[in-house]
Amino acid sequence: MLSYLVRRILTLIPLFFGITLISFAVIHLAPGSPIDVLADLNPKMTAEAKQRLISYYGLDKPLHERYYQWLRRFASLDFGVSFSPDRRPVMDKIRETLPITIVINALSLLLIMLVAIPIGAYSASHPYSAFDKSLTLFVYIGFAIPTFWLALLALILFSVQLEWLPISGFRSLDYARLSLAGKIWDMVSHLILPVLLSAFGGLAGLSRYMRGSMLEVMRQDYITAARSKGLSEREVIYKHALRNALLPVVTILGLSVPGLIGGSVIFEQIFAIPGMGRLFYTGVMSRDYPLVMGILTIGAFLTLLGNLFADISYALVDPRIRKGGKG
Amino acid sequence: MADRDGDSRQRFLPKHNLSLFFLCLSLSLSVSLGGCSEDKRTETKSQRDESAASHPQPAYGDTLVEGSIGDATNLIPMLASDSASHNISGLIINGLVKYDKDVKLVGDLAESWEVSQGGLQITFKLRRGVTWHDGHPFTARDVLFGFQTITNPNTPTAYAEDFRQVKKAEALDDYTFQVVYEKPFAPALTSWGNLVVLPKHLLEGKDIAKSELGRKPVGTGPYRFREWISRDRVILEANPNYFEGRPYIDRYVTRVIPDLATMFLELKAGGLDLMGLTPIQYKRQTGDRFFQQSYHKYRYLANAYTYLGYNLLDPKFKDKRVRQALSYAIDKEEIIKVVLLGLGVAATGPYKPGLWFYNPDVKKYPFNPAKALALLKEAGWEDRNGDGILDKDQEPFEFTVMTNEGNPVRQRTAVVIQERLKKIGIRMKIRVIEWSAFINEFIDKKDFEATILGWTTGFEPDQYDIWHSSKTGKKELNFISFKNSEVDELLEKGRRTFDQEERKAIYSRLQEILAEEQPYTFLYVPEALPIVHSRVYGIEPSPLGISYNLHRWYVPQGLQRYDRTELAP
Repeated sequence: MLSYLVRRILTLIPLFFGITLISFAVIHLAPGSPIDVLADLNPKMTAEAKQRLISYYGLDKPLHERYYQWLRRFASLDFGVSFSPDRRPVMDKIRETLPITIVINALSLLLIMLVAIPIGAYSASHPYSAFDKSLTLFVYIGFAIPTFWLALLALILFSVQLEWLPISGFRSLDYARLSLAGKIWDMVSHLILPVLLSAFGGLAGLSRYMRGSMLEVMRQDYITAARSKGLSEREVIYKHALRNALLPVVTILGLSVPGLIGGSVIFEQIFAIPGMGRLFYTGVMSRDYPLVMGILTIGAFLTLLGNLFADISYALVDPRIRKGGKG
Repeated sequence: MADRDGDSRQRFLPKHNLSLFFLCLSLSLSVSLGGCSEDKRTETKSQRDESAASHPQPAYGDTLVEGSIGDATNLIPMLASDSASHNISGLIINGLVKYDKDVKLVGDLAESWEVSQGGLQITFKLRRGVTWHDGHPFTARDVLFGFQTITNPNTPTAYAEDFRQVKKAEALDDYTFQVVYEKPFAPALTSWGNLVVLPKHLLEGKDIAKSELGRKPVGTGPYRFREWISRDRVILEANPNYFEGRPYIDRYVTRVIPDLATMFLELKAGGLDLMGLTPIQYKRQTGDRFFQQSYHKYRYLANAYTYLGYNLLDPKFKDKRVRQALSYAIDKEEIIKVVLLGLGVAATGPYKPGLWFYNPDVKKYPFNPAKALALLKEAGWEDRNGDGILDKDQEPFEFTVMTNEGNPVRQRTAVVIQERLKKIGIRMKIRVIEWSAFINEFIDKKDFEATILGWTTGFEPDQYDIWHSSKTGKKELNFISFKNSEVDELLEKGRRTFDQEERKAIYSRLQEILAEEQPYTFLYVPEALPIVHSRVYGIEPSPLGISYNLHRWYVPQGLQRYDRTELAP
């Protein structure tokens, strides 16, 4: 087990640096530069002034030298200073936006699991029944409906017509004045629609996956054996089948980790939530290289970490993997 | 000045300017389900004037909440280039001069000024008794410090150029500031707006780009900074010691709502008091009783125009008659009707109507396809082979027009033009390219045939950089390579002349030549469409927009919505 772990971690290191190198190259290859917003078609911008800005941002150095500089700073976990006019450390910006994004995405992921796993399991145990078909229809509707459109409809109904929920942001204007309970409700009420709607769109994937995995398990010999032992169908499904069917879901969870921080540009945009998705989007649009690199690096790190956890948990539950991967 | 799909780089920024406008349009598709009211085409503005006949008593108090699609980036004006930052910092920081309601330059922190030595020297007399928000007195040294900072090569600013023309700047005493220019430079005066006034006592010896002041500005303006929650909101509060009197509205909150459909819903639900509308929202979604009672809509011409520019190095477009023909073949009124829902006017030249230097009596190009065909024939373009496309020397008349991604208004304009040109036998293709690639690869390298773009314009007529023949190099703004010796002369003279009447004559002539030459087909000037809650009084629309006198707005006692303590942290 230990040697397996060590091997996995060792292969992650070059992979990680490979990712940063490629990311760095790609974002610099995209046309445009951080000074475009200031300089493009701006009559007050002379060639000389432009040159000054280029060297101010260090854009006059060759690419490999800039990458080396970035690596050196990264060694001390410093992502540098954003190119945006506020010139704030990238780390501060990430720290500001990360919590709200994680909260929304974790809640929505949790909700997806709580709903999708039972749906999938139920569908698989009653395949092609009317209920299975209607559930399938339901999750596919969720998958197919453009979420921004649904979100706007939900806002019109719940916030404009019924006035039950706030529309945008994640804190009301009078937040500071509220009691503790009021503050909590204020936050919760702002989060209800974003969490529900982003979960709605994600149901289809996991529930179909769960259904497939469950059907696969149900065909196995040990299920037949369990049935022939005379166990009730209920016990067969929830005790024997479900546990095994959940295994692949672990992988999905591992892969969801980067999604937790990446956030959804669309939802943060519609609900005016100051999260990572928007931060990243504006960073890309303004060619804010340090910011984009910072977010990509963290994303890469978490993806690899998620993968590693998924692998480890596989190894823990599946002896074939931890014993040298020959199985 | 450049206008991509958003940011404008004006110095005296009226709020709700174009930036909001174009982004509004770009999202109008997704907004169309936002409301269900019918178009009653009512103008609440005129109703307002009647009801406002009984002006209620001004009162202090209340909060206004404005919606903004983008967060501010830096509240030191010289460091920011986005309109969100300038809109907010404009309430906090004063300049030496500003424009009044009638777009006349008047003193702001300067009481008066004197131009002497043939325009080489400007002496500003500053207001006495003005203090910064932290109580420190404001003096000429603050202006000098601001000037030194903006011209410092280590300051990452896009606005240094006007100030580099200054040969010498000095603070003669606490309340006298004097600058001497290398050569007479008429646009100089307007440059002394709020870009160059900085609190020396807080910034001296510090790196301005990394200074805290960018996030916690200290100014002399009607509002002082209270709190900034990144990507969420900025809260300002009235400055009780403002030199023109304490503003009536106690707090001014700017909320960041990047999606215009959401912003509109927030307005509908009462969470916002003002925002800029899209034409669709203006025309179709704000006509019902609720909106008529709760809000007032305003409309005024934005400081911008959209044009179809021809690369004059291209042999097809070298002939003036061809360019004139294209202008006759394009129906500007149709574009305004279809693309802007009628909320704009046809452009006749590079200035917006209503300003003192605008010349209404230039050659115009009303829609006239017959005349277009006649001119083209004169220039040698005729359909000789009967394929429906005009040709000359066996070459069919076809070209590609380029525009930038993310601006549906320009793309729709292109489609309307395409249809019109097709009818007279010209094949126009449309290519839409992402902004950076578009500018760097095509415009800067002059690798295009024609382009649809826009300029934001200011209240200063100088457009040397756009039309002068010396500005036709790579990465310069006369990228269509327009060269006209009389225009060159006029532009140079206009920069040297301070007398308004003389300048007016110069720029009138400039507009005549441009109208005759048609280096661009000037298409339209869009309108800005702000909407404000009806409890707010004191708004007086002008060519500047509506928010230039925000500190004089008020909400009468009985109508106030937020009490004083509501937003206290």
